[in-house]
Amino acid sequence: MNGIHDMGGMHGFGRVDREENEPVFHAPWEGRVLGISRACSAQHLFNIDESRHGIERMAPVDYLAASYYERWLDRTVRLLVEKGVITREELDRRMAQLASGGDPAPPHRDPKLLDRMLRATKERTHFRQPGPPPRFAAGDRVFTRTDAPEGHTRLPRYARGKDGVIDAVHGTFIFPDTNAHGQGEQSHALYSVRFDANDLWGASAEPCSPVHLDLWERYLEPAGAAPGRSTS
Amino acid sequence: MSDTHHDHGHEHGHHHREPESVLSLRVRALESLLVEKKLVASDAVDRIVSAYEEDIGPHNGAQVVARAWLDPAYKQRLLADGTAAIEELGFGGVDLKVVENRPGVHNMVVCTLCSCYPHALIGLPPVWYKSFEYRSRAVREPRVVLREFGLDLPENVEIRIWDSSAELRYLVLPERPAGTEGLSEAELAGLVSRDSMIGVAVARPPAPAAR
Repeated sequence: MNGIHDMGGMHGFGRVDREENEPVFHAPWEGRVLGISRACSAQHLFNIDESRHGIERMAPVDYLAASYYERWLDRTVRLLVEKGVITREELDRRMAQLASGGDPAPPHRDPKLLDRMLRATKERTHFRQPGPPPRFAAGDRVFTRTDAPEGHTRLPRYARGKDGVIDAVHGTFIFPDTNAHGQGEQSHALYSVRFDANDLWGASAEPCSPVHLDLWERYLEPAGAAPGRSTS
Repeated sequence: MSDTHHDHGHEHGHHHREPESVLSLRVRALESLLVEKKLVASDAVDRIVSAYEEDIGPHNGAQVVARAWLDPAYKQRLLADGTAAIEELGFGGVDLKVVENRPGVHNMVVCTLCSCYPHALIGLPPVWYKSFEYRSRAVREPRVVLREFGLDLPENVEIRIWDSSAELRYLVLPERPAGTEGLSEAELAGLVSRDSMIGVAVARPPAPAAR
């Protein structure tokens, strides 16, 4: 989707501010949001692509106004409501209950859940899945599609309709554009694609600063194909 | 419990939609509901928070870099298959691609679409990495951004930007600083900052006393 999250190349945001000795979390609630979100993933309540798309669907003004973990909170609530795990009314009621003291939830321990959450920080990921053989090889010239899908995609706007070169073939990976929408994993080839800065930014490009993106085969056409012609 | 720090201009100039006490209350309510439904356990959340506060951080990646500096065969394996090579040192949870800085080539990592970052090796990303400023500018004017970080690279040095758009995570293997012959793996790891593994800095030179 042509969302506010797709920020590569935008003007107007100014200097990158850094904080010396930055804490891991700036408030306790940030850590809770991260942990709750990881638990929801470990419980398979939503997948990584649904979770990214959950943030992308925030209203642009809200996205820009929110801090990072506020976006995570918004996403987590949005997805849990959509999936029928909680309702917004239930959440409002619980806030009122907590505000007047006391927590009605009985304590719950789940060592197996904890084990799954910890293993996810250490074990191999599951994003590589079997799929059809790759169509392109390293060195092939490609052209990125100009499609502007309304749903989730990982081809950023700044790299649409551009010439690039296959830098490496990574293997076959779950396809976010379908996995974010309950349309299955549809795993297929993922490539590292190199773009010359001049092809991305024209006359304003800095010298010698190629950009590499990891792009799925369905984002690509062989160089020389009619630009923007959709094949799906 | 104060949430006031969280407003210190991280994404500067942006106001918050809710007063922070409400935000904190909202998170507690969400946790309470999910605990009641037996989908979340608070001790599991505690443990994940402490894992990121105490165990999972840039010292992990620094150990990988120091090993690669000392052991050419390990470095070769790391560049060929980062995921397998970090497993040798007990790290995982990430599909890793390591990109090597060398004379004439500097690498820099960003995620323009969200905040992808190799957590297992360098912890959770700092606010600046997730900021609109870095995400929008790193791909378009990397040299200007690097100068803001204090790194002024000559125009004949190629800057390769890696925009993490899929499930691979990128770690920069910085160049080993001069004058570090004879340093131990632990001493070398001490020269490897988080920022040098993102590619917005180079590894620190050794302190004179360490020579």
